[in-house]
Amino acid sequence: MSAASGGTMRDLLHVRQRSARSRWTEAGFEWVCACSTWFGLAVLIVLLAGVLWQGASWLTWSFLTSYDSRHPEQAGVLAGLWGSFWLVSLATILAVPVGVGAAIFLEEYQTKGWLRTLIEINLSNLAGVPSIVYGILGMAVFVKMFGTFQHDPKVLQISLIFTTVDVPLPFGRTVLSGAMTLTLLILPIVIVASREALRAIPASLRHASYALGATHWQTVRHVVLPVAVPGIVTGVILAVARAVGETAPLLMIGAAVFVARSPGGIESPGDILRNPHGILEAPFDNFTALPIQIYNWVSRPEPEYRHVAAAAILVLLAVLQVFNIVASVTRSRMRRQARW
Amino acid sequence: MTTASNAPLDLKRHFSLMRARELAIRCGLLGCALASVLTTTGIIYVLVTEALVAVPPEKAFFQEVSPVEFFTATQWTPQFEDKHFGILPLLVGTFLVAGIAAVIGLPIGLAGSVYLSEYASRRTRNIVLPILEILAGIPTVVYGFFALVFVTPYVLRPIFQGLFGFEVNVFNAASAGIVVAIMIIPIVTSLSEDALRSVPQALREAAYALGATKYQVSSRVVVPAALSGILASFLLAISRAVGETMAVAIAAGQSPALTLNPFQSIETMTGFIVNVSFGDKPHGSLDWKALFAVAMTLFVITLAMNVISQMIMRRFREVYQ
Repeated sequence: MSAASGGTMRDLLHVRQRSARSRWTEAGFEWVCACSTWFGLAVLIVLLAGVLWQGASWLTWSFLTSYDSRHPEQAGVLAGLWGSFWLVSLATILAVPVGVGAAIFLEEYQTKGWLRTLIEINLSNLAGVPSIVYGILGMAVFVKMFGTFQHDPKVLQISLIFTTVDVPLPFGRTVLSGAMTLTLLILPIVIVASREALRAIPASLRHASYALGATHWQTVRHVVLPVAVPGIVTGVILAVARAVGETAPLLMIGAAVFVARSPGGIESPGDILRNPHGILEAPFDNFTALPIQIYNWVSRPEPEYRHVAAAAILVLLAVLQVFNIVASVTRSRMRRQARW
Repeated sequence: MTTASNAPLDLKRHFSLMRARELAIRCGLLGCALASVLTTTGIIYVLVTEALVAVPPEKAFFQEVSPVEFFTATQWTPQFEDKHFGILPLLVGTFLVAGIAAVIGLPIGLAGSVYLSEYASRRTRNIVLPILEILAGIPTVVYGFFALVFVTPYVLRPIFQGLFGFEVNVFNAASAGIVVAIMIIPIVTSLSEDALRSVPQALREAAYALGATKYQVSSRVVVPAALSGILASFLLAISRAVGETMAVAIAAGQSPALTLNPFQSIETMTGFIVNVSFGDKPHGSLDWKALFAVAMTLFVITLAMNVISQMIMRRFREVYQ
């Protein structure tokens, strides 16, 4: 303050002016910050309204049950829906055991030491790797297998008891390549989420188990894991939701943009019962995915395809919303069931 | 595990069997944990062998194109007869988009985090945080659609073409930058908010006791105290913007141009990688290897930003804990 000893009229006036200005600054600052906070909501509303406006009238039952077409009115997302289904299912089956195993190792077994530090640093760096780099890894390793079989592609026949599976080498542009790429992509997320779930479990449970004579693994398997399952499930669902929307890595490994066939020829849930062998064929089939179809339609010059893309975005957002709701339900149930 | 050296013989055998099982399980879990290390090794191996040093019969990209040309030449024309591999247009395009995103996204994200940590009630936080989560969860291809179908025709064209007379291309860096800004706002807000909230309450109370107003406390005490955490979140957000692919591939265009004009069509590093992957280049051709050289540049840039960001964050934690 400059008004020190004098206390003249001018100094008092100066203080009053300053406080008036600072009141404006106060209000203005709070207002700017509040606006920035609600900016996200505004964007979300505009985005949803825009997509609905463009796509709602194109979202019909036949849009969900028909394949892509050169005529925008007849194009549909069937191939993309089934492609995404197979990709995400396989990626989940592959990522969950490995991810949870890694989390158990880091939280229950290797709780200190250089190995843990190395893996932790590695995990936090992997989380920041752009998804397209995973796509390049998947293309080189799974699709081309470092060019090993470039001149003589092989087919590996694995005979199960009642049927045989043909595994192409290299995997090529198949569902399996895509699913394995997505697995690598979501693995760090699954590990981090599972570790948080394991860390939330009080040590007293483990001590009680050890006190009763249980071994390390028995404690993990029968005491820690059952309690951690809801937390792990929540994390896995969120990781899978991320995989559903991933586009760039799938483009890299060469998901076809125009496919008029579902993997394994399975077009409806009933086909799984009618054609069980299709389940074994699906991982080795060519595929497209929902976000790939959206990218393809957005890039087409014909304006009608923008509406088709908007309708497909509505389907994609609806699928993601289902994942989010399931995740929040398990999370809230988990909170209610916590007993310690 | 405790040793059972004093145990009776039969008990000991029993125990060692169990211990073998325990060891096997431990090794299996170690294998799971090493899968992530293997991923990193795989990424580095693939990028290095295709871009830097190849296994002898083959040649890597930088053994055919000199790194000096790669980083200083100003033309990027791998698909033409007359091939030029100068990454500058792609780098400038990438940082133009990331720069626009940073100029818009970082201040909004920071202001939002200040509001959430200093002003907002618990109820507001409980409403805003889930909304930010939803925004962060929207697939990037949707943002690309948004940029192309809404931002360019309904925001950029009326304002910059209608009012100021710039020529706004259908594909432009500005629309891509704006949607990438929307994408990084949730990252900045949630990470900076963590940093602001971990500033000790005593610092705020001391400032209030000296007669500071809420604005003064926020801007001169809390934000400076959390500065390193905020910087870390900024770096992470920019690294995300640099690595962002789909929105940029859709909205920014496919013409590598050395320009700073935000209304022109450009190409970014990620955009180039996506567009090349469409052309089904044969394994081993120079175009194919150029892909890995660009990917390696991208990987090194984002990795450096992430590592610096983590170092800042670690130091920040040490100060207040």
